[in-house]
Amino acid sequence: MRRLLVLGAGTAGTMVVNRLRPRLPRDEWEITIVDQSEVHHYQPGYLFVPFGTYEPEEIVKPRRRLIKDGVRQLTGVIEEVVTDAHLVRLADGTELPYDQLVIATGTHPNPDETPGLAEPEAKQRGVHSFYTLEDAVALRDAMERFDGGRLVVNLIDLPIKCPVAPLEFAFLAEAWLRERGLRERTEVTYVTPLDGAFTKPLAARELGGMFDERGIALQPDFMLERVDLDEQQLVSYDEREVPFDLLVTVPLNMGAAYVARSGLGDELNHVKVDKHTFLADGHDDIFAIGDAANLPTSKAGSVAHFAVDVFVDNVLRHVEGLPMQERFDGHANCFIESGDGKAMLLDFNYETEPLLGSFPLPEIGPLKLLGESEANHLGKLAFRWIYWHLLLPGRPLPLATSMSMVGKRRPPAPSGNGSSTSPRDLQEVSL
Amino acid sequence: MPVATMQGREIHVDEEGFLTDPTEWDEELAKQLATNIGLELTDRHYEVIRFARADAAEQGETPTLRRMQATGGFPTKELFQLFPKKPAKKLSYVAGLQKPVGCV
Repeated sequence: MRRLLVLGAGTAGTMVVNRLRPRLPRDEWEITIVDQSEVHHYQPGYLFVPFGTYEPEEIVKPRRRLIKDGVRQLTGVIEEVVTDAHLVRLADGTELPYDQLVIATGTHPNPDETPGLAEPEAKQRGVHSFYTLEDAVALRDAMERFDGGRLVVNLIDLPIKCPVAPLEFAFLAEAWLRERGLRERTEVTYVTPLDGAFTKPLAARELGGMFDERGIALQPDFMLERVDLDEQQLVSYDEREVPFDLLVTVPLNMGAAYVARSGLGDELNHVKVDKHTFLADGHDDIFAIGDAANLPTSKAGSVAHFAVDVFVDNVLRHVEGLPMQERFDGHANCFIESGDGKAMLLDFNYETEPLLGSFPLPEIGPLKLLGESEANHLGKLAFRWIYWHLLLPGRPLPLATSMSMVGKRRPPAPSGNGSSTSPRDLQEVSL
Repeated sequence: MPVATMQGREIHVDEEGFLTDPTEWDEELAKQLATNIGLELTDRHYEVIRFARADAAEQGETPTLRRMQATGGFPTKELFQLFPKKPAKKLSYVAGLQKPVGCV
């Protein structure tokens, strides 16, 4: 009997076992999945909890029912991957030998990496986040009490999972403040280490325009050194200060600590892998998939979904000693909530940045890319059902694995000297 | 791809002026690049630059500030003093490396 061991029963790990169980003969392969939790969180739902759109119980399900029969499920904390011995050791001493290992333990907020964030009194001083369910609930309660002032939305460093989530939070919060009659009394500021609203130029331009329309101030190139709880302000490494009454930050995201202990991680504990096949550097029997891997694309469920499509076919060949034929292109597809019942859609990969145009979707119709629409918002809300009922069980979705250029267009280059990428700018402005 | 003439030779750069071929770089050129952005290089700058280049050659990508601190032992605070305002961008420009890719 050969053993496939999957670490982590989140989006990627659950999809992997559910897709592989029907395709690996039961008399040849034992499949085991390990997670420290008995429940599965629909993480895209965290964003909506502070606004009361979702109640916590709507986005949590027992893990057991989400995984197919014939997969052994274990609950435990992972201590270490002993790569030389080809086994995983759990904190309770259990040893799990493997023939193929799949690491899918994701990436998680680490507030204790930033001075001030993890202090017990931080929440009382208006320091909040929505990257765990507990934090999202605490933020909901804080917003209920919020009576105007300075709202600051911040991300500490990249990569983070769902990199558009802080933007969405800013847009949703701005609309929410208007609804509550608090907008006039509230200054909204977006503080980011990037040099614009987003990493990719075209999306940064479009999103920057949306900030202007909504009166959200942008504070770019802000590398946060510490949060000063007494003064209620963010302090950067170059000693800039941004005061707040309510701070909504995204702490530094890091992979699981055992990844580092096992010698598999980069400086943020993300597993170093081949970006097209997910095979871990230097190991023929270890893959990492989803947010746990150090892929140069978004850490997001959509990426995990497209990656699993590629992975399933590859791993079936790999375990038979055949060369892997599929190559992942870094395809990502994200809805961005923009407030007032609208959303926009980004679709991109390693090589192609998010473009304008339309995204063809069989039966549902084209969705607008990099522009706001109500259909995109409904798509985002519908995704919760799709997630539980189609995505996790491994049923087919009408989405192509590799990114397609159909419907996409580049806008004409801006005229005059407004380009932000001329060598002149580099010397006089950018640097 | 634009070509810049510096110190009497042709250097391949991208639209923002970053070198596209790290082998066209040497420590003399670094001085010129630093002058372009209003910096004067000290020995400490060169220590930082040498580490960044060695690390990029080994890893295949420009180190992030976090990596410079975690692996190279250069405190972020100091990098902000050496390369004011935009250390990641300025360091890679002077070191003849690609601008660090912000992951999305």
